[in-house]
Amino acid sequence: MTASALASFPHRHLLGIDGLTALEIEALLAMAEEAVDVSRQVEKKKATLRGRTLVNLFFEASTRTQSSFELAGKRLGADVMNMSVANSSAKKGETLIDTAITLNAMRPDLLVVRHHAAGAAHLLAQKVDCSVINAGDGAHEHPTQALLDALTIRRAKGKIAGLVVAICGDILHSRVARSNILCLNALGARVRVVGPPTLLPKGIERLGVEVFTDMRRGIAGADIVMMLRLQRERMSGAFVPSTKEYFHFYGLDEEKLMSHAPDALVMHPGPMNRGVEIASDVADGPRSLIRDQVEMGVAVRMATLEALARNFRND
Amino acid sequence: MTPATHPIYVRNARLIDPETGRDERGDCLIEGGIISALGPDCAVHRLPPGSEIIDARGHVLCPGLIDMRVFVGEPGFEHRETFHSAGRAAAAGGVTTLVVMPDTEPVMDNVAIVDFVMRRARDTSRVRVVAMAAATLGHHGREMSEIGLLREAGAVAITSGKRSIADSGVFGRLLQYAHNFDVLVVHHVEDQSLVGDGVMNEGETATRLGLKGIPIEAETIPLERDIRLVHRTGARYHAALVSTAESLELVRRAKREGLPVTCGVSIAHLTLNENDIGEYRTFFKLAPPLRTESDRLACLEALADGTIDVIVSDHDPQHVETKRHPFADAENGAIGLETLLAAALRPVHDGRIDLVRILRTMTSTPASLLGLPQGRLQVGAPGDVILVDLDQPWVLEKDRILSISKNTPFERARFQGRVLETIVAGRRVRT
Repeated sequence: MTASALASFPHRHLLGIDGLTALEIEALLAMAEEAVDVSRQVEKKKATLRGRTLVNLFFEASTRTQSSFELAGKRLGADVMNMSVANSSAKKGETLIDTAITLNAMRPDLLVVRHHAAGAAHLLAQKVDCSVINAGDGAHEHPTQALLDALTIRRAKGKIAGLVVAICGDILHSRVARSNILCLNALGARVRVVGPPTLLPKGIERLGVEVFTDMRRGIAGADIVMMLRLQRERMSGAFVPSTKEYFHFYGLDEEKLMSHAPDALVMHPGPMNRGVEIASDVADGPRSLIRDQVEMGVAVRMATLEALARNFRND
Repeated sequence: MTPATHPIYVRNARLIDPETGRDERGDCLIEGGIISALGPDCAVHRLPPGSEIIDARGHVLCPGLIDMRVFVGEPGFEHRETFHSAGRAAAAGGVTTLVVMPDTEPVMDNVAIVDFVMRRARDTSRVRVVAMAAATLGHHGREMSEIGLLREAGAVAITSGKRSIADSGVFGRLLQYAHNFDVLVVHHVEDQSLVGDGVMNEGETATRLGLKGIPIEAETIPLERDIRLVHRTGARYHAALVSTAESLELVRRAKREGLPVTCGVSIAHLTLNENDIGEYRTFFKLAPPLRTESDRLACLEALADGTIDVIVSDHDPQHVETKRHPFADAENGAIGLETLLAAALRPVHDGRIDLVRILRTMTSTPASLLGLPQGRLQVGAPGDVILVDLDQPWVLEKDRILSISKNTPFERARFQGRVLETIVAGRRVRT
């Protein structure tokens, strides 16, 4: 990693893409490129975080994000502790702040938090002494996902500026969509959001995106089609009538892709609902970047941890 | 409905096209089920061989009526009405398109049932049948039905049928979602919690009869809510039945604001009032209830100024086992296919409203709302026309009613104006 990259990331926490400059994002991506190389070596270990403690605090169940942070921490030499609060003290009535104070007393250096409430990571950051990384807060932000998506796009297309990126599906409930809109806009992409009106939040067009309710028009000519997960409880009549109808009008299948966006690469933050938002042949096809996204996830999280470690208070 | 056999040439008619306001003497040629020529002597010199000539003797030839609110008992209540019997009644009354409601058993809330109904109707009805689909599964007002797929299957609109959707969140999302497919949302505006166990219009008459009243707010509150949600979503919205002067004021204001709001009125609310209930006559028990005479006059005024878009029969066959009860225990509903046009001519004969305008509310306006090509007397339009003697007097006799159910509020009523011919897709269907 270069000195200039370090100098250009002056934050204690990573709570969102909001508040980062394009240069800071570029700096993280540059560090992540190096982390990709580290992860592809036989010897994958660095010592940047030796002696440091990383706590994964997940109030919502997660497999890939949690293991991705765990792996990133371990490759940098940190001691990693996973706390799945989804089925422990939160159920016993302990508040978020109580949990934070308890954890803080254990003196971790990095706290990775996922919580169902928007703003939870910000609240924690005010109450603890360590660095906080937002791994998803409600429908607000999921910054490392946006960074890994940007890295994936840049490696596949060679650039981000000027690309047309269509983010499709449940925009309303998606923190991935919000972080990606901010990140891709900062990097100069032209961002579209596509979904049924029931899944588009009011005022989304003010975030600098083009809004489409017709999938075919929304992905027409796109360079990247980014599908979002539609949660099962939202597809049985409340927001969309059924999985069948959703797939018919908004699912990404070979036919829609070939006839409207033949040059597009396809992404999905996972976990996928095959046959609901994306057809299997597309997800597993030659234009899918979905597996690359997972690899870039570890790299981006290593970069984030390294960048924050340089700004630790007690250094 | 079978295709046309031979061309029909109607001579010497008073041609009325409600959409354009055309009203002139002339002829009409229907070939291959389509209107192919219109105007004075339009096909005299090129009459296709085998044409059947009908001398209209100056009577009105206009598009067949499109009745936007018809309950047929099929499937589920075939003892009340079938597509066969409803088709005969419609043909007698000059109705050439039935827009059937999804309040069937099972409820028409999925593609398979809509498909079944359309097929069944095609095989057994002599007039056209199109269907509105249920907006929510089972008409429960909770989960929306497959609106996009239903539209692709041919449903012309979605509706809550005889019920209201109480949950504003559900209704708001429904409007949002339907708007995306440009599907018309037809809503029955009646707040069940305000109706309570009321059975007729609230007021002096109900008090005298000792019957529990239904306040007008049972209609105005959900209507006002709906209009605000239309404002929020931009969806095309149609209040199926309005009955009070205050409801009409709400619709009038929404239209002035340019909102895509339309409304319908039943022929009963245009021609009857709460006093007609008399001594607990259950055939006058309707939902919404018959209102006061001043509400009825407000309806006529709203029809004249364009606030009311559509007149419907609200044809709702009920059998003796649902009507022969004390008033409060009887089902709501009245039949109306055979009397729709004749009753709608009453305010025309009274000089309260113009003939072309009233025909428009039962032809081109419902056609436009539902995206149907019929309902116009124009070259290229479907050959669905009726020939009407505006002045012929007649009396409705119960044993002449063609509907299986006989629950008409117009028994022994005198009418002026009768349908002479009903032609659907170029085929004479009135027998």
